[in-house]
Amino acid sequence: MTPVKPPVVKVEAVTKVYGEGETAVHALRGISLEIEQGEFVAIMGASGSGKTTLMNILGCLDIPTDGDYWIRNLNVAELDEEQLSVVRSQLIGFVFQSFNLIPRTSAAQNVELPLAYQGVSLSNRRKRAQIALDSVGLGDRARHEPQELSGGQQQRVAIARALVTNPAMVLADEPTGALDTQSTKEISELLHKINENGSTVIVITHEEEVARAARRVIRLRDGRVVEDTKWVA
Amino acid sequence: MGGLGLREVWRFAFRGITANRMRSSLTVLGVLIGVSSVIVLTAVGNGSALAVKEGIEKLGTNSILVMSAGGGGRFSRTANSNAKGLTLADAKALNDSLLAPDVKMAAPILNASGSCTYGNLTSTPQNITGTWPSYFEASNSPIDKGYYWSNDDVIAGRPVAIIGTTVATDLFGTDSPLNQVIRCHGQSVTVVGVMKSKGSTGGFQDADSIVIAPITFVQRSMSGYGSLSQIQVEAISATSTTAAMDEVTTIMNTQHKIKAGANADYRVLNQATILASSTTSSHTLTVLLAAIAAISLLVGGIGITNIMLVSVTERTREIGIRKAIGAPKSAILTQFLIEAMLLSLMGGISGVLFGVGISHFTVLGVKPVVSLTSVLSAFIVSALVGLIFGGWPANRAASLRPIEALRYE
Repeated sequence: MTPVKPPVVKVEAVTKVYGEGETAVHALRGISLEIEQGEFVAIMGASGSGKTTLMNILGCLDIPTDGDYWIRNLNVAELDEEQLSVVRSQLIGFVFQSFNLIPRTSAAQNVELPLAYQGVSLSNRRKRAQIALDSVGLGDRARHEPQELSGGQQQRVAIARALVTNPAMVLADEPTGALDTQSTKEISELLHKINENGSTVIVITHEEEVARAARRVIRLRDGRVVEDTKWVA
Repeated sequence: MGGLGLREVWRFAFRGITANRMRSSLTVLGVLIGVSSVIVLTAVGNGSALAVKEGIEKLGTNSILVMSAGGGGRFSRTANSNAKGLTLADAKALNDSLLAPDVKMAAPILNASGSCTYGNLTSTPQNITGTWPSYFEASNSPIDKGYYWSNDDVIAGRPVAIIGTTVATDLFGTDSPLNQVIRCHGQSVTVVGVMKSKGSTGGFQDADSIVIAPITFVQRSMSGYGSLSQIQVEAISATSTTAAMDEVTTIMNTQHKIKAGANADYRVLNQATILASSTTSSHTLTVLLAAIAAISLLVGGIGITNIMLVSVTERTREIGIRKAIGAPKSAILTQFLIEAMLLSLMGGISGVLFGVGISHFTVLGVKPVVSLTSVLSAFIVSALVGLIFGGWPANRAASLRPIEALRYE
């Protein structure tokens, strides 16, 4: 089963070093992996294993010290700041541990925001934001501001915001890290549903329950890949 | 891909401002004070310049003043040793249609001081002036009620007087002062006329606080027979003022035996000379006031920088989120710039309204005159203040690296 499309993510011998000389911290010591369109990947590892660093590089928020990174066919190292912002806008949808919704701004407006930065017209934006909110089960909370929503609801708004642009991949960094058991279950199911609908999902987690929803688990230790298991659900 | 619609950026910026109303309104207040003080203070400067100018113009466009150069004109009674004061003979000599064809008339002015009373009311005129009837025309002083005293009154030294409106109001209120006997400098004087109001010339000089009587009477009963304070000269027309001044100088040199090139013991001034010096001083005043106002506008601008820096720091995380979900640098820059511009423009607009409003009232005894230039420049500067003082914080926000901005707590 060879994919027709190029891999969504292709990372080759990526390293990341913070600081210099004796105090240098090697967060990533040479990581190579490929993620195909439609995969659901869980990246696991203890704290300090380099998983957040990898996530930031995959999301074009940080640049690797060495090695190459392609999204689809784009060599990220060759992009300038303006082009990077276009990549983040069109190809990547972020979900953060701390939700990171814009305060004092309604759920609908938060979801609309990535579309606004793409220059989508207001009416079109409204429609798509409502569809995205409906798909995470919060269609009736569109006018609520983040502080009026529970943690689980806020994270669902964040997921709607990540989905609304139809990105090449959804990157979720510890999406359930700040949630209770019930919400964790809901969010895992939601990520699973998103993947079933065709989105590539990459989730960083240390919770087995979330990882179980994935179809591939990559384990990191000390900045290296120590396990890469795929299974068919 | 397309850029972010301008309307969107405006909405973000507006939300940024309304998110913290108290802080935003205090910042706006800073600019408001700056802009309105520029407008009000320059208007006060203009107003006082105009008032002084009008006051001088009321002297009459043809007026020439001869003063003693003893060392300070009318304020100095002591001339230097060999200097000769102004005399009645000088005034008579200037009324010479042959030697001074451009001089219409010349009148001596002898100022005495003292207060006037009527019943239990008192008024202290700035001057009790002794002169000739020609003074009224030479000094452009028409009367409102009553009649002028005449040359006969001068020859007889009769105790009659024409009073200014300030003295009339002080002593008689709304009653008619005509033919009433007041006491000035201890002497009984009959009021025969009231001058038309000349209006204040800016608070220091009240041209209406005056009593004008025949010079002979003032000499005999108040000032004594010393030298004159001034001689008021009127040229036959505004265009012949310069020629008249030359003739006055020639006659005065003969009278005072001043050799050519020697220092004169008198000075000849006309309205243009006085106007020029007062224009210079009131211009200096306006510039000074505008400079003070500009400083407060600068302080308002620094207020904007300060509040925008606080806003950027406070919203570092928000900037990180916006960048992570695809905001280009330009969108962040524009958002914060517009936010700063909105603050300063709101300050600018309300400052213009407030400043123009204040300028409708009399400020420090001056009726302010708003100049369109000051309104426009204050407004434009306030908009620029937003751009310049908001530019640095906005650029700082836009240049934040998303990874660092997101980590910021």
